[in-house]
Amino acid sequence: MMQWETVIGLEVHVQLATRSKIFSGASTAFGAEPNSQACAVDLGLPGVLPVLNESAVAMAVQFGLGIDAEIPEVSIFDRKNYFYPDLPKGYQTSQMYHPIVGPGEVEITLDDGETKRIRVHHAHLEEDAGKSLHEDFHGMTGVDLNRAGTPLLEIVSEPDMRSAKEAAAYLKAIHSIVTYLGISDGNMAEGSMRCDVNVSVRPKGQEAFGTRAEIKNVNSFRFVERAIAFEVERQVELLEDGGKVVQETRLYDPDADETRSMRTKEEANDYRYFPCPDLLPVVLDDAYVDHLRTSLPELPAEKRARFQGELGLSAYDAGVLSATRAMADFFEGVKDVCGDAKLAANWVQGEFAGRLNKEGLEIASSPVSATQLGELVARVKDETINGKAAKQVFAALWDGEGDSADAIIEARGLKQVTDTGAIEAMIDQVIADSPVQIAQYRDAEPDKRGKMIGYFVGQVMKASRGTANPQQVNGLLKEKLDALC
Amino acid sequence: MHDMTLTELARALEAGEFTSRQLTESLLARVERLDGDLNSFISVTAEQALAAADAADAARGRGEAGPLTGLPLALKDIFCTQDVRTSCGSKMLDNFVAPYDAHVVEKLKTAGTVSLGKTNMDEFAMGSSNENSYYGPVKNPWDLSAVPGGSSGGSAAAVAAGLVPAALGTDTGGSIRQPAAFCGITGLKPTYGRVSRYGMVAYASSLDQAGPMARTAEDCALLLSAIAGHDLRDSTSVARGVPDYRAELGASLSGLKIGLPKEYFGDGLDPAVESAIREAVKVYESLGATVQEVSLPHTHHAIPAYYVIAPAEASSNLSRYDGVRFGHRCDAPKDLEDLYKRSRAEGFGDEVKRRILIGTHTLSEGFFDAYYKKAQQVRRLIRQDFMDAFEQVDVLMGPSTPTPAFDLGANKDPVSMYLQDIYTIAINLAGIPGISVPAGAVNGRPVGLQILGPHFAESQLLNVAHQFQQVTDWHQQRPAFGKENA
Repeated sequence: MMQWETVIGLEVHVQLATRSKIFSGASTAFGAEPNSQACAVDLGLPGVLPVLNESAVAMAVQFGLGIDAEIPEVSIFDRKNYFYPDLPKGYQTSQMYHPIVGPGEVEITLDDGETKRIRVHHAHLEEDAGKSLHEDFHGMTGVDLNRAGTPLLEIVSEPDMRSAKEAAAYLKAIHSIVTYLGISDGNMAEGSMRCDVNVSVRPKGQEAFGTRAEIKNVNSFRFVERAIAFEVERQVELLEDGGKVVQETRLYDPDADETRSMRTKEEANDYRYFPCPDLLPVVLDDAYVDHLRTSLPELPAEKRARFQGELGLSAYDAGVLSATRAMADFFEGVKDVCGDAKLAANWVQGEFAGRLNKEGLEIASSPVSATQLGELVARVKDETINGKAAKQVFAALWDGEGDSADAIIEARGLKQVTDTGAIEAMIDQVIADSPVQIAQYRDAEPDKRGKMIGYFVGQVMKASRGTANPQQVNGLLKEKLDALC
Repeated sequence: MHDMTLTELARALEAGEFTSRQLTESLLARVERLDGDLNSFISVTAEQALAAADAADAARGRGEAGPLTGLPLALKDIFCTQDVRTSCGSKMLDNFVAPYDAHVVEKLKTAGTVSLGKTNMDEFAMGSSNENSYYGPVKNPWDLSAVPGGSSGGSAAAVAAGLVPAALGTDTGGSIRQPAAFCGITGLKPTYGRVSRYGMVAYASSLDQAGPMARTAEDCALLLSAIAGHDLRDSTSVARGVPDYRAELGASLSGLKIGLPKEYFGDGLDPAVESAIREAVKVYESLGATVQEVSLPHTHHAIPAYYVIAPAEASSNLSRYDGVRFGHRCDAPKDLEDLYKRSRAEGFGDEVKRRILIGTHTLSEGFFDAYYKKAQQVRRLIRQDFMDAFEQVDVLMGPSTPTPAFDLGANKDPVSMYLQDIYTIAINLAGIPGISVPAGAVNGRPVGLQILGPHFAESQLLNVAHQFQQVTDWHQQRPAFGKENA
């Protein structure tokens, strides 16, 4: 049986978070009435000219700096010529030969904690096309040009990935970098990030690449994995049956969970790229690049290292908490208020992330703020409340029962009881109320008694409505029970 | 009135000899009477013109008149004009009304000028005879059997016939200077980047430049000051101050160094044109200039390089005319491909199709390096030729065209038509300014003297032309066509 190796390269299109379009002043906001955000330039009216949006340039350079890439002094816009109704000028302005970002590297972390570096060939700026709307037009097609001219950064990797998991991890790493930099909202559902996946297979050990298929426009992490899985199986099956993979463009259909051929290489357009005469070459001087470099925020890899090194978190925790900027910012907010990184890490990943997940919410729409959670964790740390009570307080905060942990603790009387006398009184009462269990405890072998103590702890905690300090309850119970034996 | 220059008209309006309304009405009547024979206008906008004239008169009444207030002119139909059709001489845009004004139109409106309408042109500015217009050829007022030149043939003919004192044209390979020469008027192609291209329908973006066409260099200076300047909407427009070009006229030409490129006086040049040009050069010598021969060694590569670069850019620029959003759309398209094919086949004329095909071919995979890239290399050499020449001399002079205006229908072969632009085309490739000045006539057809200068030397070019017009009267001669008593 032949062993096959998968080779994957990704072209990720990231919509940059500029307010206006890359070559016009029209808004880039998502979801407006069709064609309400397309000006004369976006419509490609006769005589209009493009003017490059400086903030798109800045964002592209920030990305380049974020992946330690070369930033060439000069980049040039080219025209990619083809006809399509949602492409108003009959060409897309892109950068074919002199992209704004040169070679760089992205580190990905795999499930087993292993890291791998994926080389980025280059990243270039280009304009998005409009949208063809095939529904609702009774056999005709509508065109919405709101998206036409939206700035895209196309990030082209080297064929360095060897599995669907690696490809997904790479996509996540890119997502995390662009959202950290704040250069994209990374919203895949709204199309802010989509990718073309180049997949080929080759016999293990063979150096030459196999013939690749390009799967267009995959728009979620999950679909990337599934599309690759399907495609690899298709190609391997084809080859093992003595067939040949043809170079072609394919489309992933998430409903059928399969890829389908769109067009073969023979049908491919000759795009007739040439430098756009309406735009000057973009010349970036050192001062400009240096200024952007110094204003770069801390990026995921650095953050992960700091969480491990300075804050003493485990590699796993550091990875999870630095995965998105929103997560990292939230965690750091909690940590700064409560003053304990490990406790903060446990709470953010445990109770907080669990509840978000359950409710299907993003961090941005969480009803509990980082400050509120930080104050709650601080009360756990200073032992004002025990863990069990803290969970109640969290739930109450989530449901909006109070503005702060302290207010809820006060209102519900959840303050931890640490008064030995009070706890002893509760223990005595439980012992008095449980003659059967006491008898069993006494009759048990000494090494079995350890397990049986749990029952009494539970009863005491119940009697205290969860407020007794569990460690004290444990210690005092043990003394009293031992005294009975 | 129709014989007066812009400068003279401005003085008369200022002196109250007549109003802008009277002037406009008189010229509109002339257009009405004469343009049936000339066909220099595609659209006459009488109503808007009269309203603009009234507004100009009112402004003058309030003491708010500027140097151009109330002056009539015409716009080549390549400039977008809000609410007035912009056809670009093409069936493709026969139904196109722009929702905005081109930068230069905006500036001329603000300056208080009165546009009488949109002038005829070769379709999408592709041509040297104005025979490629969807709206029919323009006639040369000096001889109705001759072409007016192109592509700004309508503007040149209208000025020469006294329908308007001035007009705007555009020049991609000679489209201002060649018709100016054929029609006996003065036409300036400014330095690339001097005038914003925003709102000018693109033919070849790296070569297109708008400029004034008028009876005198002084009038061109007046208009250039109004239309030149940086425009944030055109990335290729240059951020550089705009002088009052008219105020800079007057310097003596004593000591001016004139170069005569030997390549502009070789085979193919009509001897009668050559002798007219040599006479003109003598006039300059009499004004104190010195003359020497120079060489522009890559001149013979200019036409081939141009006919790679310009069609390449055009093939891409004209892709937007696809029948989807505006312009001509074929009847009942079967499917998308049919829509594209028939809309474009019906909407474009032969010369436009020819250049789209040439451009598409030269940009194609496998041909790009041999054609487009090579042409760009040649372009750099041509530019360097001029830079080297301007190390030795202040200006270059030669004929604007190899012959006077030819007869309508005389140049059926595209290549012989392309060769008409042999002296003008390199200037666009180099991006430098050039002006054509009336400097003689052969069998009643005018001859143009072309004067070239380094980038942004418009002031000097205009003055060199102006000084010539102070001592010659070629620019004052008028065709018999349209004379009031004729």
